[in-house]
Amino acid sequence: MRVAIIDYGSGNLRSVAKAFEHAAHEQMIATEIEITNNAERVGTADRIVLPGVGTYADCRKGLDGVTGMVEVLEETVLKGGRPFLGICVGMQLLSTSGLEKELTYGFGWIKGDVIRIIPEKQNLKVPQIGWNTLELAARHPLFEGIHTGENGLHAYFVHSYHFDCLDKQNQLAITDYGGPITAAIAHNNLAGTQFHPEKSQRLGLQFIANFLQWQP
Amino acid sequence: MSMKTRIIPCLDVMDGRVVKGINFVDLVDAGDPVEVAHAYNLAGADELCFLDITASCDNRDTILDVVARTAECCFMPVTVGGGVRTINDIRKLLMAGADKVSVNTAAVRNTDFVAQAADKFGDQCIVIAIDAKKISKEGESPRWEIFTHGGRTPTGIDTIEFAQKVVALGAGEILLTSIDRDGTKAGYNIELTRKLADNVHVPVIASGGVGTLDHLVEGIRDGHAAAVLAASIFHFGSYSIREAKQYMAKAGIAVRLDGYGESR
Repeated sequence: MRVAIIDYGSGNLRSVAKAFEHAAHEQMIATEIEITNNAERVGTADRIVLPGVGTYADCRKGLDGVTGMVEVLEETVLKGGRPFLGICVGMQLLSTSGLEKELTYGFGWIKGDVIRIIPEKQNLKVPQIGWNTLELAARHPLFEGIHTGENGLHAYFVHSYHFDCLDKQNQLAITDYGGPITAAIAHNNLAGTQFHPEKSQRLGLQFIANFLQWQP
Repeated sequence: MSMKTRIIPCLDVMDGRVVKGINFVDLVDAGDPVEVAHAYNLAGADELCFLDITASCDNRDTILDVVARTAECCFMPVTVGGGVRTINDIRKLLMAGADKVSVNTAAVRNTDFVAQAADKFGDQCIVIAIDAKKISKEGESPRWEIFTHGGRTPTGIDTIEFAQKVVALGAGEILLTSIDRDGTKAGYNIELTRKLADNVHVPVIASGGVGTLDHLVEGIRDGHAAAVLAASIFHFGSYSIREAKQYMAKAGIAVRLDGYGESR
């Protein structure tokens, strides 16, 4: 199996690749991890990962700047059903639009906007930076073997904006930060996390291993 | 569900080596920042902070190697600071595997740099490190001035005003070190920490002066910090990360244990 991690000038690619390698090795899943900005290589990969660190607008511009990438994603992921994972802004880009700094259109594959976190409790800080627990909407193979809920494992978040899903059916997991925040989404072959699995120690590595074995 | 308070061990790194001594058992090379980072990863530290104090320009890239090697074995957040002056410095650190980059002197000299960095990489990864010293006299209303160059150079800039300014420009977090307390083991400067934390909407990391576990509790409970940074109490093995977290939990502070650091 070959996993393509899309390189479009966003940060943390290396961390993501290393976490995928580690998770695959730990669970003995034969996987080749490839960081690539070649749309053709992404199109022929078995699984596709879109990481994202930066602002929504900047990430969108970066992705648009890679020849043929958005078209290939539409072809293989949206139409072709290839397993896809977006991380942080990589997930947010699936939305209709993002309102960070300026209005930017996303892929529009999952309806909803990416908006600033406004916690109900005034003393909560924005950005949300740190470890929080997850509440699953339903059992899902991506969270197999991961203890969630209030006494469950923690995931690492670092963000000021969150995905306000229009159809809550797409919300696979939420976290609480002065109100519910989308922590993970799933729809057919599309998956995404607001938290950083590559930085979430035990929970993150298990999630990555689950993604590698996911048969949507 | 609730966000947990973070405990952040900080490693001073010079020319790719740990500077202050590390006194852990089981380490083959306690001078290798990556080995120390890995030990903290297993111990369940919530985040790691590397402070690069390399003086020579020739060796500036050694920290990139440290960060890159850390990213190969530690799947946890890493903040890197020290000598960050340009957008390209930030990009290189993020590419190597850092999650957040802390900016000190460059932000004090030119606050526009904060806005540029935040616009490029997002507010959430720009940490502004502030070193503050009390300048008001006994009986006056307290004022803290920002100092640079390890506390040697006064800037005439007020800490609270500066923090509010950089937050408005896009700083996502403030790492606040009390120069008066740093290295004293007398505890964080609670008055300063609280004053700052109550006056900005971003998380504040308390730093400088930790000697006991009570100090960690005070930083959160009384100082209103979102995270506590410490070096020597962990490096010299006085307390483990787990002991610190259990102590904080007993004091009513929500922490993440997740089974890390349990005796095997």
